[in-house]
Amino acid sequence: MSLSATDVAKVGVLARLALSPTEVEAMARQLSSIVGFVSQLEELDTTRIEPLAHPLDTRNVFRDDVPQTCLTTNQALQSAPRHDGECFLVPAVLGETGAA
Amino acid sequence: MQPVELSSVEIVTAIRQGDVSAERVVTAFLDRIARLDGSINAFLVVDREGALAKAAEIDRRRKSGQPLGPLAGLPVAVKDVLCTADLPTTCASKMLAGFRPPYDADVVARLRRADAVIVGKTNMDEFAMGGSNENSAFGPVHNPWDLDRAPGGSSGGSAAAVAADMAPATLGSDTGGSIRQPAGLCGITGLKPTYGRVSRRGLIAFASSLDQVGPMCRSAADCGLLMETIAGHDPGDATSLDTAVPPYTQLLDQPLAGLRIGRVAAHFAAGLDTEVARGVEEAFAVFKAAGATIHDVELPHARYGVPTYYLVAPCEAASNLARYDGAHYGHRCGPASGGKSAGDGATAFDSPLVEMYCHSRAEGFGPEVKRRIMLGTYALSAGYYDAYYAKALRVRHLIRQDYLDAFATVDVIGGPVSATPAFRLGEKTGDPLAMYLVDMYTVSTNLAGIAGISFPCGFTRSGLPVGFQLQGPALSEPLLLRAADRFQHLTEWHRRRPAGCSV
Repeated sequence: MSLSATDVAKVGVLARLALSPTEVEAMARQLSSIVGFVSQLEELDTTRIEPLAHPLDTRNVFRDDVPQTCLTTNQALQSAPRHDGECFLVPAVLGETGAA
Repeated sequence: MQPVELSSVEIVTAIRQGDVSAERVVTAFLDRIARLDGSINAFLVVDREGALAKAAEIDRRRKSGQPLGPLAGLPVAVKDVLCTADLPTTCASKMLAGFRPPYDADVVARLRRADAVIVGKTNMDEFAMGGSNENSAFGPVHNPWDLDRAPGGSSGGSAAAVAADMAPATLGSDTGGSIRQPAGLCGITGLKPTYGRVSRRGLIAFASSLDQVGPMCRSAADCGLLMETIAGHDPGDATSLDTAVPPYTQLLDQPLAGLRIGRVAAHFAAGLDTEVARGVEEAFAVFKAAGATIHDVELPHARYGVPTYYLVAPCEAASNLARYDGAHYGHRCGPASGGKSAGDGATAFDSPLVEMYCHSRAEGFGPEVKRRIMLGTYALSAGYYDAYYAKALRVRHLIRQDYLDAFATVDVIGGPVSATPAFRLGEKTGDPLAMYLVDMYTVSTNLAGIAGISFPCGFTRSGLPVGFQLQGPALSEPLLLRAADRFQHLTEWHRRRPAGCSV
């Protein structure tokens, strides 16, 4: 199993990671080797085996639907890179990009 | 005896009895950190002022006859993956440099309520991803037994801090061996509790179905002491077990006669260092002499543990780390960080917002974290989900079933914690896959959600510690701690200290 630079670039978009051409090239090589290694699971016949997503017996945990104390606006914003005291500030959500 | 030579159990006893003040104990450890950590780099933050203020408060309360918590005056260092409202919490990542969490992790709040003194935050592999502590954005930790060697990871700072007597007790986290492997490579004792035994609230998530917080100390008895404080139900973590916490330290002093220890022949296959194999075999002999019986058991799917883990963990990590968006907290790129594209150089970003996400994440995360996010994103992407993630979850089922079958005939399973003693810094950094294989004896414990403990069982000729691992069924912590404690009554390995760090 091998990943091409194009595959890696596509995954980079999905993962929201801007990768330089050098990183894409190195990542293609490393991920191919790792994916090759994990592909040994194919040896096992697991057709009748249920997936185990969680080590504990899964059960729903309920609590009463009552308001609880939560973070204040100031606490929520205290580590924000940019804010105006009430809201997080981000670049335009729609529209063309500049440099890219 | 100097305070830094005392065990955690001895320290809390001495302070409670008034034999020594909390201030003297805390000062002794802080001074030792100041003296040694320049060459070890186990700490990312040392809170000298806060620790001394807390120690003085404990001494005042003791003198005035007020009640004290069970860990009163005990200096504890906390892995920087755990949120502390009064100290920066970085996960050893540039992404979270300077981040100040708005709340304490449940285990940190429990330590404070027990009157422990939090002396600082320990170094680690970035976002707990790594087996050598070389993935820290703030420099690697040096193994106190040989400063040119890695302490293991990802809780390498916590392990090295205990090994060099810079803290009597630390907390680590274990997703695939991150408590047990560094404990083994640094000659200390580390417990990975059963999944759900300790709350994960405020533990910065790596792989949520595998992560677990646990103690790293000089002895099993000390780990039991810490467990009495940190274990327990937390309504704020829906996966936290609502099961009574046993009085671990009171259950230690029972003979091992009749304990059935499983031995897996495959653990001793090619690849296991001969000196490690010898230490582990000698540990079996110690247990046998103490009345335990050794039985051959098989874990037929154990060799699929690492490939299963390196699908499950990166898939969960890719989801968990999506939260680092440069908007709510954490690193954000500057306005003009062009020069890289989201794709192959020709793909334009969807919007200025997405461009900011992609550059903030590219700048904030280190290479191994990026690699795991990419691997997880790939394995979860359309067309590959069933072949990789769903397949890994089915194999995970087989791995857990192996343990359930084995524990029908034995009480615990013993063996090596890692295949080699501490390796040299830089030795494995060029080959990510080689680094992943250092987890081969530890990942299956997490996949199965069971408990494991690692403790020293010997030394190589060149003076490096060798670790022994015991794995037990869910909620077998009392048995694991008792077995390790009995072993430590019969051996002196856990009392050895690195020469360069002598008091």
